[in-house]
Amino acid sequence: MTVDYLFFTGVNILLAWSVYIVLLTGNLSFAQGAFMAIGCYAAGIMTTRYGVPFLAAVPAAMAISAAMAVVFGYPALRIRGIYLILVTVGLTFCVRIALENFSYTGGVGGLKGMSGATLWHLGGAILAVGALLYLLSRSPLQRILDAVREDDRVAASLGINLTYVKLFAFGAGAAIAGLAGALYGHYLIFVRPDNFDILVSIFVVLYVILGGVNNLWGPLLGATVMTLLPEFIRALQEWRPTVFGLAIIVMLLLRPEGLLSFRLTSARWSGDAGGR
Amino acid sequence: MPAGAEPAAPVLEVSELSKQFDGLRAVDGVSFTVLPGEILGIIGPNGAGKTVLINLVSGFYPATSGRVRLLGEDLSGLALHQIGRRGIARTFQNIRLFKRMTVLENVLVSDQRHARRPIRAFFAFGRQRAEIEKARRFIELMGLTARANQLAGTLPYGEARRLEIARALATEPALLLLDEPAAGMNEEETAELIADVRKARKLVMAVVLIEHDMSLIQALSDRVIAMDYGKVMAEGLPAAVLADPEVQRAYLGEEGDP
Repeated sequence: MTVDYLFFTGVNILLAWSVYIVLLTGNLSFAQGAFMAIGCYAAGIMTTRYGVPFLAAVPAAMAISAAMAVVFGYPALRIRGIYLILVTVGLTFCVRIALENFSYTGGVGGLKGMSGATLWHLGGAILAVGALLYLLSRSPLQRILDAVREDDRVAASLGINLTYVKLFAFGAGAAIAGLAGALYGHYLIFVRPDNFDILVSIFVVLYVILGGVNNLWGPLLGATVMTLLPEFIRALQEWRPTVFGLAIIVMLLLRPEGLLSFRLTSARWSGDAGGR
Repeated sequence: MPAGAEPAAPVLEVSELSKQFDGLRAVDGVSFTVLPGEILGIIGPNGAGKTVLINLVSGFYPATSGRVRLLGEDLSGLALHQIGRRGIARTFQNIRLFKRMTVLENVLVSDQRHARRPIRAFFAFGRQRAEIEKARRFIELMGLTARANQLAGTLPYGEARRLEIARALATEPALLLLDEPAAGMNEEETAELIADVRKARKLVMAVVLIEHDMSLIQALSDRVIAMDYGKVMAEGLPAAVLADPEVQRAYLGEEGDP
């Protein structure tokens, strides 16, 4: 159904943005599927067992997801590069196994009975997150995040608290992934731990890399194209991973910076900058 | 000169500072002070421990032992960003700019109002006139006005060095550390650099200058420390230190120049 396609595209856009905001500080996270699961289960348990209204459960689930990210991220963000990537991969496995083994979360059988999320909610969420990311790109915070990515030690010597900034980005990314998860669960009605397989996290990172990592439009485009393409070209569906693999190889050869590679500058000097 | 501390109190006080790397004692019991208004030159052959010393003072390396005090405050055990906030800013021997950001943005990152409160910085979207106006002063001072909107990675060597100085000054530090600013510069560029450092010193309380280039040291330093094998060999007025037989031997020994 078209509505399904649009919904999954929207969820993937949110997830891609959640990877993007963490990537702004130079950290690649393969844990966004895990934070999506945390948001999904947190919101689902609140609405189905405690009768919390859906629209109240969503922000609460985002907060829980962000809090978990801060707890896991505080020790993890001290390490860098490939090691941090491995930690995020491990986190995704841990969350899935935890969900499968706690009877409170429904175990392997999953969680059911959530409902109420519509395309309108999702559209609103995308507009809100997109607007925040756009404002971010025009704020001094964007420069601070960029500086941390470019050279974190130098940024620190200029007075920037690296742990705080990296945790903020990691937490904000987890909140967005939690938002995506909460909406996803309340649309599907029924979720199981294997909906949040490591492949979800990997695909989302690939959307961002394909679309471009330098501006907020790149992840949007990457997630949209790579979700809808296999859905509309039926023949591609079974070949999804293969298509992905080829797309990545072609992109790395032709446009290593992603489809949309421009960076928005956070401030410009319009006066007499042209000449002196 | 910014207000603070009595004229006689040192800006920087380094006492018995040491750094041990595995088998090597790169900095070995170094003590010195930097007084307000002063430019202190640090010279010495390659591997003498000059850059390690700067890394210790600016917090890039933790010291094995010893103390660093800035305006009387002990900096031991402080994180890099805390030392930056207390008022030490530096440049790097191997230029470390934020290459994919513009010249203006590089200087704007130093704006302490935002650097110290990143989340509040988000809410300053749009209206950034005051920040840009402030950054403009430092960019103009270093003669980079025409480059303001250009990516830092595209700057020629000499201008990249000047941008590093502008970025350091924009944190409005008490102490400016310059790590071999003339490395790789020709005579003409070095002459320009001398003028730039003279402009920069008016904005800070004191400057520490590490340099190989003797003309730069002689032109700028009020006092000189010579280092070799991690220790201070000689200290005093530039002419006296450069004439010191031990200093001469350390340099000649290294370069083999008769």
